[in-house]
Amino acid sequence: MRLLRCADSGLLVEVDDVAEVRALHQALTDERPHGVIDFVPAPRTLLLLLDPRLTDVTEVERAVLSARFRSEEHGSAPEVVHVPVVYDGADLAAVARLTGLTENEVVAAHTSSEWTVGFDGFAPGFGYLSGGPEALTVPRRSEPRTRIPAGAVGLAGEYSGIYPRDSAGGWQLIGHTEMEIWHTDHNPPALLRPGVRVRFQEAA
Amino acid sequence: MNNELEVLEPGPLATVQDLGRPGLADIGVGMSGGADRGSLRLANQLVGNEEGAAAVEVTFGGFTARADEDLVVAITGAPCPITVDTRGGALNSAIRVPAGSVLRLGSPKSGMRSYVAVAGGIEVEPVLGSRSTDLLTGLGPPLLRAGTRLPLGAAPATQPSTGSVSIPPPPSDEVTLRVLPGPRLDWFEESALETLLTGDYRVTSESNRIGIRLDGPALARVREESLPNEGIVTGALHVPPSSRPTLFLADHPVIGGYPAIAVVVSADVDKAAQARPGLRLRFVAD
Repeated sequence: MRLLRCADSGLLVEVDDVAEVRALHQALTDERPHGVIDFVPAPRTLLLLLDPRLTDVTEVERAVLSARFRSEEHGSAPEVVHVPVVYDGADLAAVARLTGLTENEVVAAHTSSEWTVGFDGFAPGFGYLSGGPEALTVPRRSEPRTRIPAGAVGLAGEYSGIYPRDSAGGWQLIGHTEMEIWHTDHNPPALLRPGVRVRFQEAA
Repeated sequence: MNNELEVLEPGPLATVQDLGRPGLADIGVGMSGGADRGSLRLANQLVGNEEGAAAVEVTFGGFTARADEDLVVAITGAPCPITVDTRGGALNSAIRVPAGSVLRLGSPKSGMRSYVAVAGGIEVEPVLGSRSTDLLTGLGPPLLRAGTRLPLGAAPATQPSTGSVSIPPPPSDEVTLRVLPGPRLDWFEESALETLLTGDYRVTSESNRIGIRLDGPALARVREESLPNEGIVTGALHVPPSSRPTLFLADHPVIGGYPAIAVVVSADVDKAAQARPGLRLRFVAD
């Protein structure tokens, strides 16, 4: 574990992988160090944002070093979300070409694995899903699209994701879902929060 | 019916801001809120509001509004000429605006963001617990336009402040910001920190509530691979492939994949938020 200070407003904690990030995040949420106002989980880091009027970085470092967490304990998040997908994405053929699979095999690979939300970012409620088959690792599009509709399901790098709202973006689109994954009036507003497990199902 | 403030002219950019949306970064929602939080807090204190009440953040002046009923306002931040109908008003003090009269903010001589707090606060519908407009994600109320009617809360029991607060105006030529190195200093050439601390950096016109894009000497990296996404703090100096740093402000993304060479200390972020295009920034080690 490496502790990297962000002046007096944050502490970036670098660990080995996303499972460890999740475990540390959980442990610190359960016993939140005084003055920590937010957590930002990412693939290999957890950023603690602090209110410098309430605490200082040294105190938060001490709290992190004494936090007890074990990543394997959090391998079994209880929630599994089943997402029905129509595999009609504009990049499905390109993904098949890039992976050397047929379009049907791309769909089979996408639906046969259990994915887990590692972290959210890019847009509110945009969960980066990892844990899928290696065969589906594809680069982002060289030309990002200026408009992608909400519900579009895509691939980029080792990740899969669902666009929560209409936006621009560079992911390879393989399908779409009608499922609402972001709503500011819902509590919680995001369906795909860190740790949530996801299974995609082919919709008729 | 409650009192309302009618926007007649928003100026170049006017938004509603409070102290933002803490606690939602893990679902991709950033803090947002007033870019110069100290000025927002002060404006609220002057009219007797809670410090986190919603106010109007006016960018480069040019804002005019009319009160339906008598109200009390306070204007802080970038010092702009203030008038209520034909009478002048003072910055950093409570000002009475009689029913039907027009409040007008001229162009500030220095700085770029002024705050208009109204006794009772602006009570547009909150989104995820905050009335702030986040320009990156689009969360919160829409940008203010001519004709926008802003609902106001009941005037607080606290009396507005009588005196005025004396605050030096933001500098018009050069701003000095204290920084601490890291968190990713080791991604840069050894000389890069020295370059940052001695170089002449200028605020470019590609700057907004998300961040300030700077022009100046290149900060060369030693590691060329891409950095896995990681959380961003307000005040961080991230260095994209252009090798010129971006200083992140209130509406910055929650995560990003460029290394931060240094971070502006929290007490100086408000000063950064008042740095207008063309201004010179000097970074000093804290």
